[in-house]
Amino acid sequence: MEATADKSATPPAGGDLAGAPRARPGSGDGGMLGGLRKVKRFTFVDVVLWLLRIGVAFVVIGGAIGTLIKGRYEASQWVDFVVFGLTIGGVYALLALGYTMVYGILRQINFAHGDTMMAGAFSAYFAANYFKRNGMLESDAVIAMVVTVLVAMIVCTLVALTVERICYRPFRHVRSLAPLICAIGASFFIQHTFRAMYGSTVRSFPDTSWLNGDVSLLGGSMPVTQVLVIGSAAAAMLVLYLVVHKTRMGKAMRAVSEDRDAAAMMGIDINRVIVFTFTLGASMAGIGGILYMLVYKQVYFFMGFLPGIKAFTAAVLGGIGNIPGAMFGGIFLGLVESVGPALFLDGLGVPAPYQLKDAIAFTVLIMVLVFRPEGLLGERRAKRA
Amino acid sequence: MSFEIVSSGFQHRQRTGTPLSQALKTGIVFGVLSLYLALVGVYLTFDKSWVVVNVLSMGRTLLFVVPLLAGVQFARLNRSQSRAVQLGGTLLVGLIVGGFTACLLPVILFGNLRVMFVALSSPLAKMLALGLTPVLGAAVLVAGSAAAALFGALLTVMSPTVRRPITVGLAALAVVALLQEVLQLILRGGGAAFSFITRGLFQYGGLTVRGAIIVFVAAALVSIVVARLRAPFKARFAELPPGAARFLRQAGIVILLAAIIFFPLIGGSFVAQVFLLVGLYALMGMGLNVEVGLAGLLDLGFVAYFAIGAYTIALLTADSPHALASMSFWAALPIAVLVSVAFGFLFGIPVLGIRGDYLAVATLGIGEIVRVLVLSDVAQPLLGGAQGILNIPSPAIGSFELATPTSLYFLTVCCLALATYFAFRVQDSRLGRTWMAMRDDEDVAQALGINLVKTKLLAYSIGAAFAGVAGAIFAVMLKSIFPHSFQLLISINILALIIVGGLGSLGGVIVGALVLIGLPELLREFGEYRFLLYGAVIVAMMRLKPEGLWPARIRRRETADA
Amino acid sequence: MPDALLRTVNMTKRFGGLVAIDSLDLDVLPGTIHSVIGPNGAGKTTVFNCIMAFLAPDKGEIWFDGERIDGLTPDRVAASGISRTYQNLRLFRNVSAIENILVGMHLHLRTSWWSAVLSTRANREEEREAHREAERLLHFVGLRGRGDVLARNLSYGDQRRLEIARALATRARLIMLDEPAAGMNPRESRELMVFIRNLRDERGLTVLLIEHHMQLVMNISDRITVLDHGQKIAEGLPDEVKNDPVVVEAYLGTRKRHPAEHA
Repeated sequence: MEATADKSATPPAGGDLAGAPRARPGSGDGGMLGGLRKVKRFTFVDVVLWLLRIGVAFVVIGGAIGTLIKGRYEASQWVDFVVFGLTIGGVYALLALGYTMVYGILRQINFAHGDTMMAGAFSAYFAANYFKRNGMLESDAVIAMVVTVLVAMIVCTLVALTVERICYRPFRHVRSLAPLICAIGASFFIQHTFRAMYGSTVRSFPDTSWLNGDVSLLGGSMPVTQVLVIGSAAAAMLVLYLVVHKTRMGKAMRAVSEDRDAAAMMGIDINRVIVFTFTLGASMAGIGGILYMLVYKQVYFFMGFLPGIKAFTAAVLGGIGNIPGAMFGGIFLGLVESVGPALFLDGLGVPAPYQLKDAIAFTVLIMVLVFRPEGLLGERRAKRA
Repeated sequence: MSFEIVSSGFQHRQRTGTPLSQALKTGIVFGVLSLYLALVGVYLTFDKSWVVVNVLSMGRTLLFVVPLLAGVQFARLNRSQSRAVQLGGTLLVGLIVGGFTACLLPVILFGNLRVMFVALSSPLAKMLALGLTPVLGAAVLVAGSAAAALFGALLTVMSPTVRRPITVGLAALAVVALLQEVLQLILRGGGAAFSFITRGLFQYGGLTVRGAIIVFVAAALVSIVVARLRAPFKARFAELPPGAARFLRQAGIVILLAAIIFFPLIGGSFVAQVFLLVGLYALMGMGLNVEVGLAGLLDLGFVAYFAIGAYTIALLTADSPHALASMSFWAALPIAVLVSVAFGFLFGIPVLGIRGDYLAVATLGIGEIVRVLVLSDVAQPLLGGAQGILNIPSPAIGSFELATPTSLYFLTVCCLALATYFAFRVQDSRLGRTWMAMRDDEDVAQALGINLVKTKLLAYSIGAAFAGVAGAIFAVMLKSIFPHSFQLLISINILALIIVGGLGSLGGVIVGALVLIGLPELLREFGEYRFLLYGAVIVAMMRLKPEGLWPARIRRRETADA
Repeated sequence: MPDALLRTVNMTKRFGGLVAIDSLDLDVLPGTIHSVIGPNGAGKTTVFNCIMAFLAPDKGEIWFDGERIDGLTPDRVAASGISRTYQNLRLFRNVSAIENILVGMHLHLRTSWWSAVLSTRANREEEREAHREAERLLHFVGLRGRGDVLARNLSYGDQRRLEIARALATRARLIMLDEPAAGMNPRESRELMVFIRNLRDERGLTVLLIEHHMQLVMNISDRITVLDHGQKIAEGLPDEVKNDPVVVEAYLGTRKRHPAEHA
């Protein structure tokens, strides 16, 4: 939106207050088509936005050059960064799917999605601990993990459906900020429920032998956890893609996200589709929660907030409402966040660049919302409001 | 397309079912609520305080308040049913709620869920069993729940002349019991006459039996008397010439305001501290209200301006290696406000083109970037990093230092009064109308010649100014500041308080701050659950009373229309 | 012939592959009622949206009173003297009727926000005068005494009137009305006809009108432009347009397109 700062350009003449018409100014305006003056103006808003672009570009380019000249990092370190970026990016992608699908259907941000993930991670933590105690986590790892994942998915679904029921369903026919505010409240409520139940201590996923160690892959070695996380995230996304594109319900979902009213007229039960969408998104969040817990080894009540916002960023990056876009956005953000501090900030002489990892993610968020709200991948659903 | 802040008109109406299905539904909803309260530890926490010392703990009261509310709810939904249906349904509701709660007993005693739910401990079992054996206790619990539900239903259907004294009496009892600590503190400070009252009503830790009866009876009597006098008084009031009536009403408001404003003088420094916080939050609420309530810009990064005000004061006045100057507070205050305004303006520019829910996330991002930067090593040499900035001197007038909570409270009240006046004038001006137009429909507003850039930036800047003042006072209140004081939490708290008060309503901001900031500070039992409460309150208000406790002018007029 | 007040030159707007407006040249003469008609989807509202700068045309120029206005923001287009109403009523619903009009008067109120804070004399006088003018406008559109009602609580017809009053409040010289008679009964349409004539004759305004109500259009228009699929297919006096075979075909379609006509 180009907006101009000064409005003095064509001040309406005072006129008398009865609203009588203004006299037309003399028509000696020298030929209508004669003047080729530039109409669009460069305002201070544009200046600030350009400064923002230039600033970010400077950090990215200047920092990268600086870092590469300094050569503080070896190739293997860069590989590590990239692999970690892929790992965490996979988790973001899983979460972003939930945002993007719900947005596609409801045109609303599910603000409590990160906390849904947190609930799933907590339940998975307890399930895994149970299996740890009876030894199954070691002896029958596959069964134990499958059950753990199922538990997380079910808990996430319950939480998400409750949120849908309380915060979104009542407001479905009004375009307002009410559902968003409601969901902010719900997010807060879920967080502090878990704090009240489990305290604010940080817990960690039980230790297992099969999670430690490295696997050798493509001539290098990678920690098992990361291989596992990347693999599971990819598998989950593949399943989701198939569900959305091959099942009846998935087709209904896509129809509703194209045009809700038309879909309703074609006999699609909107309520069922919405419930299905939230279920799918929450299941992905459940898996994402477990994987996040495996990566960062911690579970606590506030853990959903940051990945939630970042996953939302990923969803917008990929073009909100666009499922492959969310996957791409997640990976992209994971890489930027993982490689960024070393690549962009270290070269500028920033001390302890990894402290600013979240600031990088938030900068990406703001840049994409300001400059490309339709996402990096083209123009699907570009029009808002 | 317009973004209405609060939903209006169409809401999903729930289908009403048969009385039986409603009884089941109500019972289950409130039963789950009871389980929830047990799981998050509310029952146990409240069991430590007394309604009546050594007789009735708050936790046990709450145990029966839940089925009571369930009874009220069921009776409300089934007003038109026959007495038998009402009675049977209410009993069923009470039994279900009690049954849900009682189920916890075997779970605690025989199950092994303690690893998961810390609250499911043997003290909770003891409490739920009401000090009896588990079996007997469970029976009493269920029966008591049914009785409580019946009582609630009875209250709902009985005639208001009987109901009012009872509810007023019970409410007074609840308020006195909850506030007993503060009340005792205040009364003790009040000399011989008050200490007589204190001894009559309280003992250490709460009300005595005699005290509880006195409070209940006194409140009930007052309510009866008021009910009797109300009609003749109203008639008299209506006969007054309009000028006099208006004068009386205004005088009433002034007296009430004065009472609230000067209350901390009687209440001592603890109360003053609480009111100081209320004032600071109200000040920030005024700012966010300009952005969200008037201009419709949902800003979740609002805490940044609060932080900027505080850090500016710290940098300009503190006796610390990070300080840039050693000004007096009064010289630094206008600078702090200007810096906040400048940042409000600056942060406003990139988000000018972002609307609705995207705006909320974008501003949240800005707030978080500020917090991360302040915490980081990059800004450490300038802003002190996580260790913050210490030794901020108190403001002084001549040789009098505003160091006590009471004096700072009055400083806050002055700023708040100014801010309120400011907001009051602006909201009815051309600018205020422009904001409201933009809130209702941005495109149309622009097509009427409104410069959105200017209008939005003014909203951000004015909002930031109020938050900057609050931050400045906050800095001298704590005498040191740390980045951890400026979390997203604060933004959400402020959002919650303006929603509770009523978006776009100036009176609502004060009411919201009193309710959401004041009460939890005064009630220590709530301390642990206050954020839980905020979340619940936001959701509940948006669903049940989106216009808030003190609706904005325009909404009140609308209810008058209807 | 006098210079056109509003002139579009070669204006083109595409949505993806769809050409909504195709090289439209439109001249609206001052002091006339100029109607734009055409079947649904012909691009009429898009023309309004492009003029008001809600949409940026892909090609072409828009001139108003000798100034080029394409590329401006909507607020500056409004400031140059154009105002409009909307097909699907877009009032400020949560605000009272009189405040809707006051918002419309934004452009010619001069005192700043801090003079409102200080409650200066100039500000108070301007506000008083503005309220008076708003009352006059309410009276003019027949909403006298309804100023304090919330816009959304007004009846449908009253909301239409209020929207016109709000558009007039900007003191625009060109008023664009987008289907003002939609949903009105015959009596109300006749009243509207008189009202629109008054805009031209008493207030000296130029009116650009989109309307489906043919009787109304034919009765009051000084000039009519017919659009179909974004192209201008005819233009002229009402009688010329009415009898133009191209227009008849666009409206009724060929027999192939509308087999229902056989019945």
